[in-house]
Amino acid sequence: MPDSAREFFSAVFLVIGAFFYLAGTVGLLRFPDVYTRLHALTKADNLGLGFLVLGLAVQAESLAAALKLLLIWPLTLAASATVGYLIARRARALGISPWLRPEDR
Amino acid sequence: MSTGLLYALAGVLLFVMGMAGAIIMAGALRKILAFNIMGSGAFLVLVGLAQRDGIPDPVPQAMVLTGIVVAVASTALALALARRLAADGDEER
Amino acid sequence: MNLALVFDLLLALMLLWSAWRALAAPNATRAVVMFIVFGLFLTLAWGRLDAPDIALAEAAIGAGLTGALLLDAVRTLGESAGADAGGARSPWRWPVLAFSPLLAVILVVAVLEAPQQLVDLPAVVERNMGLSGVTHPVTAVLLNFRGYDTLLEVAVLLAALFGLLALAQGAASAATRESFLLHTLARLATPPMIVVAGYLLWAGAHQPGGAFQAAAVLAAAAVLLHLAGLLPAWVAPGRLLRLGLAGGLLVFLAVAILPLAHAPLLTYPPAWAGALILLVETALTVSLGLVLAGLFLFLSGRSLRDEETR
Repeated sequence: MPDSAREFFSAVFLVIGAFFYLAGTVGLLRFPDVYTRLHALTKADNLGLGFLVLGLAVQAESLAAALKLLLIWPLTLAASATVGYLIARRARALGISPWLRPEDR
Repeated sequence: MSTGLLYALAGVLLFVMGMAGAIIMAGALRKILAFNIMGSGAFLVLVGLAQRDGIPDPVPQAMVLTGIVVAVASTALALALARRLAADGDEER
Repeated sequence: MNLALVFDLLLALMLLWSAWRALAAPNATRAVVMFIVFGLFLTLAWGRLDAPDIALAEAAIGAGLTGALLLDAVRTLGESAGADAGGARSPWRWPVLAFSPLLAVILVVAVLEAPQQLVDLPAVVERNMGLSGVTHPVTAVLLNFRGYDTLLEVAVLLAALFGLLALAQGAASAATRESFLLHTLARLATPPMIVVAGYLLWAGAHQPGGAFQAAAVLAAAAVLLHLAGLLPAWVAPGRLLRLGLAGGLLVFLAVAILPLAHAPLLTYPPAWAGALILLVETALTVSLGLVLAGLFLFLSGRSLRDEETR
């Protein structure tokens, strides 16, 4: 791939990644309770991270470096899925009830 | 202003904030937190000031690297002391 | 004003804000969480300062291991340990609050007007890299040019662990059976973590990485295994564990003393420097990993209060 095309794809992936991070952060700040906030963190941010490492891997100097970058993603996915589950379980054990829309209450 | 100088100045403010906290905070845990913030401020001054011209300096970097490891060891020791203090305080009551 | 400087300014403000929140938060758990956030901002700052070695150590030790230690302490000490956030009862409150801004101004002026260094250290390191046995400058400083500091630092770590062992009392709690998911994650993550530690150790010779970062990853793996209930807390070190804890310092000492016959302490013959540094780093990785894990595992779960109420 020529360098200009590389830079183009890299920039596109990085911008998409940044967008998902922004969405996740807005969700973290605006969502009403711990369960929905976890949803924003574990879904939007992980997608954002996926695009970020993809964008960086395109720019990587060697295939080995690119693969090392891409390896970050599944590891973070496994960790964040587990942590998200543990936080939600703890919240439930503490008796925090999920938020409902006013008309459903 | 260079990046190094900026973080050195942030380090100075963290150091002063941590120092004030370590003196006036009452709980042992808060004192330990404040002490750690003080240390982090000192690390930033050490590296930031040496790199104010923008050239990475491996000497303070190596010092701070060992400093971070010593900081966690002293934090663990301080926490052990705090637990012991709490336990002895309970016995006296 | 360029964009990078705006980012630096923002990050510096976030550092100050998170540190302030860690000190002023209303309860202990919140304070510790803000301290972990502070550690993560600090990791970014080290990245901006071209110090990837420190950033690695800060992420794993400053934010990770310290955070785990502090959270465990909040659990056993109880929220009361950090409850008095305002410090209203301290007689030093007003004098200190009045004096602090003055001290800050004096230090800021001192930093702004600090004279240039007389010795250009980066250049000196650069000139002597050929003799160091490695190609990564931070590793060269750490284990060759300033090996003396590192040797003493390992001794300090071991001393801190001895102190901790002398203080720890009460029965360590038995490993609890944690959730299946955490169990599985710990089982899956440990082998890659060991590989990463080995990689960091090997990479240290020519790029950021080395014994300290590798040891931090090993310690993190041990803490994860413990939290998942797969590794019980350590009660008293047996013979093998003692050897592991002290081995790094002993190997380092041996390597330091060996050249004494014809050179000062810690002078490696240039031809052997690379191999000797790798030997020391390997021993340090294992020992520091055990010491750092020990800081957590010897303390963990020793809930003195619970024992008394039982």
